[in-house]
Amino acid sequence: MSFQSAPTPRLLEQIANEAKSASSHEIRDQIVSNIYQTSRAVCEEVVHYKQPPQAQTEKLDRIFTSRIWGFPIMLSMLGMVFYLTIAGANVPSSMLASAFGWAEGELTLLFQAINAPAWLHGVLVLGLFRGTGWVISVMLPPMAIFFPVFALLENYGYLPRVAFNMDRLFKKAGAHGKQSLTMAMGFGCNAAAIMSTRIIESPRERMLAILTNNFVPCNGRWPTLILLASLFMAVGYTGAAGTLVTAAVLMGMVLFGIIVTLTVSWVLSKTALKGVPTHYTLELPPFRKPKFWNTVLRASLDKAWYVLKRAVIVAAPASILTWVFANIYVGDTSILMHFIQLLDPFGQALGMDGFILAAFILGLPANEIVIPILIMAYLSQGAMLELDDLSELKQVFLNHGWTWLTALNMMLFSLLHYPCGTTLVNIYKETKSTKWTFMAFAIPTAIAIAVTFLTASIARGLGWV
Amino acid sequence: MSAIKVALAGNPNTGKSTLFNTLTGLKQHTGNWPGKTVIRAEGSFEHKGEEYVLVDLPGTYSLFSNSADEEVARDYIVFEQPDATIVVLDATSLERNLNLAFQVLEMTDRVIVCINLIDEADKKGIVIDEKKLAAKLGVPVVKMSARNKIGIDLLLNTLDHLVKEKINPSPYRMTYSEEIERKISQIEAQITGLFGAELPSRWIALRLLDGDDALVAKLKEYIDKKKDGVTANELPISANS
Repeated sequence: MSFQSAPTPRLLEQIANEAKSASSHEIRDQIVSNIYQTSRAVCEEVVHYKQPPQAQTEKLDRIFTSRIWGFPIMLSMLGMVFYLTIAGANVPSSMLASAFGWAEGELTLLFQAINAPAWLHGVLVLGLFRGTGWVISVMLPPMAIFFPVFALLENYGYLPRVAFNMDRLFKKAGAHGKQSLTMAMGFGCNAAAIMSTRIIESPRERMLAILTNNFVPCNGRWPTLILLASLFMAVGYTGAAGTLVTAAVLMGMVLFGIIVTLTVSWVLSKTALKGVPTHYTLELPPFRKPKFWNTVLRASLDKAWYVLKRAVIVAAPASILTWVFANIYVGDTSILMHFIQLLDPFGQALGMDGFILAAFILGLPANEIVIPILIMAYLSQGAMLELDDLSELKQVFLNHGWTWLTALNMMLFSLLHYPCGTTLVNIYKETKSTKWTFMAFAIPTAIAIAVTFLTASIARGLGWV
Repeated sequence: MSAIKVALAGNPNTGKSTLFNTLTGLKQHTGNWPGKTVIRAEGSFEHKGEEYVLVDLPGTYSLFSNSADEEVARDYIVFEQPDATIVVLDATSLERNLNLAFQVLEMTDRVIVCINLIDEADKKGIVIDEKKLAAKLGVPVVKMSARNKIGIDLLLNTLDHLVKEKINPSPYRMTYSEEIERKISQIEAQITGLFGAELPSRWIALRLLDGDDALVAKLKEYIDKKKDGVTANELPISANS
């Protein structure tokens, strides 16, 4: 064609269609690889190095992001972090618990010496002091180890490699590769991770990331998982073997969360949120030796201290309230027990009990307070246990009929259940849709109920408990 | 004479915005690209009596229209046809950055390649032969450090030469396998039939072969605008200029 015809959309359409039918899958690959090869060839001629280039990062990346070694390394890193946390937290936790136990005894003596009324001693010492003491003992040591170790990995530059490895899986699930980044963010805080989904441009893929973010445990839920895993999951093992089993269980929880994330993404991308995943570029920063003490200090102060503060601020008034509700009687049972008894049949069907469900419901504002509320509710049941040892805490649970199934299902429920209040508010702010906010609440809750019901039925059906 | 339009393209984190700020100072305003949630920054400056309008395109790794950012950057170069496009490259990772430069070279002739962060490259012992690179790419190459104001004058003078056509670039063009080349020339002929020399027909042919639906939509829009008697070149750059 040598003449210039007047351009019309129809003519253009014809040409575009012709081009499409002449096109093949290899064209995009060839275009891209052509550009890359040319860039490389030009650089080889034009760029010189006075000293050999720092190839260390590239070498490490070949291992960390290798198709064969990438995942095993990732899993063993995760396992190592958990092992360090559990092995290191046991001793300081017990020490803290006995310190608080001693202080409680002294306080009781003091209250007796000044002839304080019994209810005051009940509210302040048995409610407030004991509840807060337990929260600090069980939550502080694991957090003081877990967060700094995680921060060291992060500052070393390992987390982007995790995102790189996970990218392939997310693509297969019909989601955006960047979802692996927002998911990694979720390990810290789901509410913050919801904001971080802004990096995903396609609204469809962004919604997938928002709806599934909750399936990775956040700061507020790590303590619950770590505590229950170390108390109940390594029965029959002692010492290092026990710690190893506990770490493996935690790793299993995280992997299960990731599998649920991918499955839900996949199902949604085939149904309500249909579409093809888009490309993106991920720049891997060079590996850097982290400033050790700086990182450790910052992580301890920023994260561990922050989570603990939040837990204590809520736990302290919650301790008092729980004690009050547990000691005000309507008829012959306390207000708290009325509520718990109402929930109990449902809780039992899910392999848990009314106390646990009540803790989860009252814990909606923040996941950090689920364990504190649960401990408070149990302690208020007249079981006058001294604060001495972590095994005492386990005894409290056992007295309320706990088995390994109760612990497992509480862990599963914690992992899978609805996002916390802050996260839900953020989801509404980001999606501006009540429908999707409700879905973000309903999908995890339905999955949590289904999974725990299933494990409870199977374990009971097979006579394991 | 109306202002000379110059676009700034480059990967993220190459100091593109530093260069933009250095050149335009306080004479800039920001807004959104029409219909997109991508920020558009535009500024102006004077050099040798000429008035320049500089548009800071979003930082992207490629121009295959994978994202809103990439679409905005690409559409500006192809349809708004700036008088010059400055591609800012990071001297410390030239190989990755060149990928974008080659994509720009397929769309327009009037390109200046600007190797930024040259001071950091020095520190790392990286030496870049810019004359050889200019010969390879077929367009002027300027080494600079926008942060330390090194090479700014050279860049401005090169820009002056380019827009006054004292330099005539002949950019490097990728060649593909025989089969693809045959398909390209077939489609290219038809595109030239539609648009003549107004648009880069070889590049459009290649994009159509890659099945770029976003581009087809944009081309239709372009045709409609032409029918209404407005060509892209006459579109107001901004309300103020």
